[in-house]
Amino acid sequence: MNSALIIDAAYFLAAFLFIFGLKRMSSPITAPTGIRWAGLGMVVAVLASFLYTLDVEPDARPHLTTNVTLAIIALVLGFGWAWWSGKKVAMTAMPQMVALYNGMGGGAAAAIAAIELFGHKSHVGVGLALAVLGGLIGSISLSGSLIAWGKLDGRINKTLRLTGLQAINGTLLLVLVALGAYVVYMHGAVPAGILALFFALALFYGVMMTMPIGGADMPVVISLYNAFTGLAVGFEGYVLNNPALMIAGMVVGSAGTLLTLLMAKAMNRSVSNVLFSNFGAAGGEG
Amino acid sequence: MLTGFVALYIFMLAAFTGFEIIGRVPAILHTPLMSGSNFIHGIVVVGALWALLNASSTLQQVVGFVGVLLGAGNAAGGYVVTERMLEMFKPSDKKKG
Repeated sequence: MNSALIIDAAYFLAAFLFIFGLKRMSSPITAPTGIRWAGLGMVVAVLASFLYTLDVEPDARPHLTTNVTLAIIALVLGFGWAWWSGKKVAMTAMPQMVALYNGMGGGAAAAIAAIELFGHKSHVGVGLALAVLGGLIGSISLSGSLIAWGKLDGRINKTLRLTGLQAINGTLLLVLVALGAYVVYMHGAVPAGILALFFALALFYGVMMTMPIGGADMPVVISLYNAFTGLAVGFEGYVLNNPALMIAGMVVGSAGTLLTLLMAKAMNRSVSNVLFSNFGAAGGEG
Repeated sequence: MLTGFVALYIFMLAAFTGFEIIGRVPAILHTPLMSGSNFIHGIVVVGALWALLNASSTLQQVVGFVGVLLGAGNAAGGYVVTERMLEMFKPSDKKKG
């Protein structure tokens, strides 16, 4: 009982530190200390989360030792690799690293959604719908960010130009929405194959959406996927009943959306122009 | 347990907060702020941790492991990259002071 109280208090502190840190980051004079405050919030939240081990669900109790070991290995590997790669990357290569880390966050949100959906853990309407939606947005953000990283890093050089691409992508999105609605309508009781198809199509859609966009527009696209990941995290936070995820995710969702608009405006472009101008026949509107 | 409307209030207030914070920032801070907010949604690692610790099948353990791995990468990478970007603001800070 007390562990739940400590976790709640830690998350409250973390949410405050995130917003405070982000506020300081929005002015050049206070910016360098802003990230430290936000980082402190992250440490507090992650450490407090290990108190979950004291109160796990009955089904998971026999697996607890394995799960804790896996958690520590994953944390050390993930933190270690990202810390090392972030330190050594050249200053000019920063934008694609942001894309890569952002895609990882989207993937983590999608993984949470996958566990909820495949494990049939959410049955209630709103929670289930948000789990599906978060899984969709998180998957798109994962594969889309990876393509953005590949393009900026010079690993993917060709820009996809197909006649009728806009129609293909529109159809894909409709199929995804229909599949998602079906899962919600069936209260999550659908065959695992349908869920696998849903996630695979969402990942594919992220690729198709990003491939036609040129490298110069990538910062705007990365910012958009950053907002996407934020939204996905916020939605999965609702599913997990975790206010820290809800607040941090939604703050990033809205801040990222506004940032995307500002960045597009600084380039004298509109966001829809960036996203869709290369669709259809080459050299069309723009 | 958060009821529907409490959750809606949280979402609404958080959305306004994000909007207001970014409101009138200079263009020079766009990229660091994108990176900084990228770090903040690294909090997803906490949700993935919960999912992994409560995993009751091998599939859930595998997906949970990947989730924690990716979330931790998001948090650590976002922090390091943002800190390095913001370091560049320090010299001009001293000149002004």
